[in-house]
Amino acid sequence: MKLNHIIEKIPMRVQTPASNLSVEVTGGYISDLLSDVMAHAKKGDVWITLQIHQNTVAVATLKELAGIILINGKQPAPETIKKAEEEGVPILTSESTAFELICELCKLGISGSR
Amino acid sequence: MAADNTFIQEYSIKGWDFTRAGEASCEIKNILKQIGVSQDVIRRVAIASYEAEMNVVMYARQGTMRCEIDTTKIKITIEDEGPGIADIDQAMQEGFSTATPEMREMGFGAGMGLPNIKRNSDGCEVTSVVGKGTKVAMSFNL
Ligand SMILES: Nc1ncnc2c1ncn2[C@@H]1O[C@H](COP(=O)(O)OP(=O)(O)OP(=O)(O)O)[C@@H](O)[C@H]1O
Ligand SMILES: [Mg+2]
Repeated sequence: MKLNHIIEKIPMRVQTPASNLSVEVTGGYISDLLSDVMAHAKKGDVWITLQIHQNTVAVATLKELAGIILINGKQPAPETIKKAEEEGVPILTSESTAFELICELCKLGISGSR
Repeated sequence: MAADNTFIQEYSIKGWDFTRAGEASCEIKNILKQIGVSQDVIRRVAIASYEAEMNVVMYARQGTMRCEIDTTKIKITIEDEGPGIADIDQAMQEGFSTATPEMREMGFGAGMGLPNIKRNSDGCEVTSVVGKGTKVAMSFNL
């Protein structure tokens, strides 16, 4: 499923209009620990996190993640948005908690199976 | 390419510069993509080089990342000037970390970096002199 299709179904705000929203999402991973994401996230995953700083962008780029979703109404730092637009990494924000958001993603068929 | 068909590129890494952290690893990844290295090797190199680069950013004053590619393997060597590691066996254990509370708040300090390097490389050697610096040499078979 494409990221822009998910955005149509689940209320989220796009923080990086210049990034590629037609990227294919093949799964999801949730963690606030960067090395844990390096170890366990898979190419094509959306990454759900509370981390708003710019180092998330390098992780998403290196792992070829489909995008980053910040939860609980967290806002990305301005440098994070800038870097994400440079690298073409979509950043979305959601008011939901991690659990609520994952339930919604599951309904759309996004799974976390490894 | 050098005369002996070895590609060599070196990057510098600045300690505590979180704004540029990860750039050297991203550049190496782009090179590997361009020369058509397999997806699996690219994925493993990206993980291991990133972890080593971040350790220089987090713990050392400065360092270099050297990437050597020949027809049989990729060698990545990260050498830094910094505090060094007193007990390497302990540092290699999953969960061991001396990251500060600030770093942990940013999601660093899971103590997974060195284990990630070991797991994803085909060979890795960590050597260190306390008070001088640390060298992480890793290789990936092509
Ligand atoms: N280049 C280095 N210079 C000095 N100490 C280091 C260096 N690399 C690692 N260490 C020491 O080894 C410990 C373990 O490193 P490792 O990368 O496995 O975990 P971490 O950096 O603490 O956390 P994470 O990588 O999960 O964010 C560090 O906390 C630090 O004490
Ligand atoms: Mg580390």
